Formats: sequence, C-alpha cells, structure tokens
Amino acid sequence: MSASITLGDEPALHYLLRIADTCLILAQRTAEWSGRAPVLEEDIALSNLGLDLIGQARALLSHAAKLEGAGHDEDQLAFLRDERDYRNVTLVELPRGDFACTVLRNTIMSSFLKLLWSALRNSSDAEVAAIAAKALKEAAYHQRHAADWLVRLVDSTDESRRRVEAALQQLWRYTGELFDADAIDDAAHAAGLGPRWSELQGAWQAEMQTIFDEATLKLPPPATYRSTGKRGVHSEHMGYLLAEMQQLQRAFPGGVW
Amino acid sequence: MSAVLATPVSRVDRAWAALQTVLDPEVPALSICDLGIVREVIDHGDHVEVQLTPTYSGCPATEVIEQSAIAALQSAEVQPVRVTLRRSPAWTTDWISAEGRRKLRDYGIAPPGQHAADGSAPIRFVGRPAEHRPPCPRCHSPHTERLAAFGSTACKALYRCTACREPFEYFKPI
Repeated sequence: MSASITLGDEPALHYLLRIADTCLILAQRTAEWSGRAPVLEEDIALSNLGLDLIGQARALLSHAAKLEGAGHDEDQLAFLRDERDYRNVTLVELPRGDFACTVLRNTIMSSFLKLLWSALRNSSDAEVAAIAAKALKEAAYHQRHAADWLVRLVDSTDESRRRVEAALQQLWRYTGELFDADAIDDAAHAAGLGPRWSELQGAWQAEMQTIFDEATLKLPPPATYRSTGKRGVHSEHMGYLLAEMQQLQRAFPGGVW
Repeated sequence: MSAVLATPVSRVDRAWAALQTVLDPEVPALSICDLGIVREVIDHGDHVEVQLTPTYSGCPATEVIEQSAIAALQSAEVQPVRVTLRRSPAWTTDWISAEGRRKLRDYGIAPPGQHAADGSAPIRFVGRPAEHRPPCPRCHSPHTERLAAFGSTACKALYRCTACREPFEYFKPI
C-alpha cells in the first residue's frame, strides 16, 4: 500500500472536499477539548459538537469517494492525504487557543455552515441535498450554543471580555477566505451542485451583526486578508494537526476498529 | 405463538415484528421502530431490504443498530437481508411514535416537543423565560430549567425540575 493517496482534479470533488475537510478539521480541533473544557457541561457539549461535525464530514467524504471513482473509501480520504490535498479553510486549522477563541471560531463557523447547508438543500446532487438537510439542523443548534456563550463571555467579567476581543483580533482576518470566489465555486454554481460561497457573505454578515449586537461587540469591517487553505496552501499549524490526526493510519495502514 | 404460526404471515410482517425487538443502544427503553428510524421494509423476492434513517450525522450507534437489526432478522429467519441507509427526508423527532413517547416518559426522559423549523431561520435571541420548557417526566411539574444544551448522547439535553429537584434528560426536538 502506498503511503498517501492523490486526488483527481474534478471541480465537484474539490468543492465537496472543501466542505468535508472544513468540518473534519474543525472537529479535530474541537475534540482537543475533550477532558479539558472549563466545565463538565462544556466538555460534553464540545465533544458532541465535534461528533456531529465528524458525522457530516464522513457522509460527504463517502460521497466524494464515490464521485471520485478511484476506489478510495472515506477513511482513506480522511487519513491518507498529504497536507496539500486537504481543502479546509485556514481558520479551522488554527490552534484551538483559549475557550474564548474556541467560542468565537465556533460562532463564526456554525453561522457560516448553517447558511451553506441551507443552500445545499437545493443541490442538484440528491445525496448532497440529503446530507445538508440533516446537517442544517445540527449546525443551527451549534450556532445557538456558540452564540449564547459569546454573549455570556462578553457580558461577564473584564477578563472574559478582553479574551473575546483578543480572539477577534486573531481570528477575524481569516474570515475573508470563506467568501473568496474562484473557478471551483463557479463550476459548482453552474452545475447546480451548490452556491458560490461568496453568495453567502451578506446573510452571514447579518447573522454576525445580530450576535455581536446582542453581545455589545463591535463587528469589524469585512476582512481583506485572504488565507488559502481551501486551495491546499495551509498555515504552519496544519502539518502538526495532521501528524496527530493521521498517526494511527500511518502507523497501521488499513487498520480498522 | 401458535395462533401466529397458524396464519401465513408475510416476510415483511415478520421482519417488522423482529425489528420491534431491536432496542436503541443509547435509549434502551425504545425500539428502533418506536424511534421512527425504520422507514421501510421491502420484499425484493431474493432478499428483504430494510431502510434505516440515521438520527444524527455523527451518531455512534448507527453501526450497532444496523448489526442488531440484521441479527434480529436472521434469528426470525428473515433472510437474506440488506440494510440500506436512507438520508432523505431527514429524521425528525416527530417520527417518534405515541407509544415511544410514553416509553420515554416512563424511562425518565422527557419526550421531545414539537420540532422547531428546519434550522434555516436567522438566529434570534430570546430571554430564558420564552424558551420551551419540557414538563418533568417524574412529577409532571412545568417548572423546569435547562442545565446543559448537550447531554450524555447527541439526541439529549440536560434539565432540572425546580419542583421535585430531580435532574432529567430531554430528548431534543429536531
């Protein structure tokens, strides 16, 4: 068995991998809180949240593997690609940081994913539409939970507010990539597979405004920086994350539970 | 039993009867039929197909349920069987039967209320008093409060009754 698998370059495959990998890598970061969250209820909440994300990623990876038609399964796609072949946005691979960082990232991402799943319910691909209808309900619950926490943290002590503001400084600039359009998006749009992500920006901005107003936080202007994770060019953190995530499959190729 | 054997029973009926005995591993008070995840049983002649709809995307019980369903069907001599996953339409707690809701309550889990919209509505902040509060499954008091949005499994949240002081789980409506 060769060490890594390589991917074909069909735009539809890459469009699905962007979504699947974004869920998968966010799940990996979220799961890092298991046994470490500030309170027991949050430990359970974050583990549950990660589990939903892994389930969504798995469904999409299985489907992507079928579309690819190269005989790969979802485990091979999840664990045997090299860094450049992961198509998640950079924001989700950044270190989990403190609890404020995690809450803010989950607020940003669940709001985005909710809108994306909602649009994907109309996908011309029936399997993608079915996965989206289910995932939408889960993302809406995640958003509710993360946004509640964001409001609570800003509203609580000087220290918790300061931490949210620091997290915002650090993370906001990575939100630009979410809405950066390219040929993969155009192809998905033309085929009816899914929306151009840039089409979601207005609705996402409005959701963030509602949450930030409730939290009495000032919404920063749209980010101008463009990270490039979804094109396979990742931050320096991605390699370390993959080393941990892939370790078992690399050490025991083809191992199953 | 002999009465059942006396009349010819279709394979599909026998399959449904067998599936009634398969319990959800995470809420063992309910059968997978009570939960509404068995969507259809089809006799294809050369095999019987059972269509299951998963509850949550990441529900770790899905594989166990599949295996238990196959085992139950085989011991009821309904074979060969094929279990297929049907994702659409997405599972909703509205599919839990009246019998299932009664069993949940008896087991100490508050059954789900009417499920919210599909989740695509914009986020809105409401005060805690405006949130839905399930009545206590033990003393039936309406005076309950949420302790945690997530519970011991993906499908439940944790509540407390402020009348009898007992904590209880609530099956989240989705």
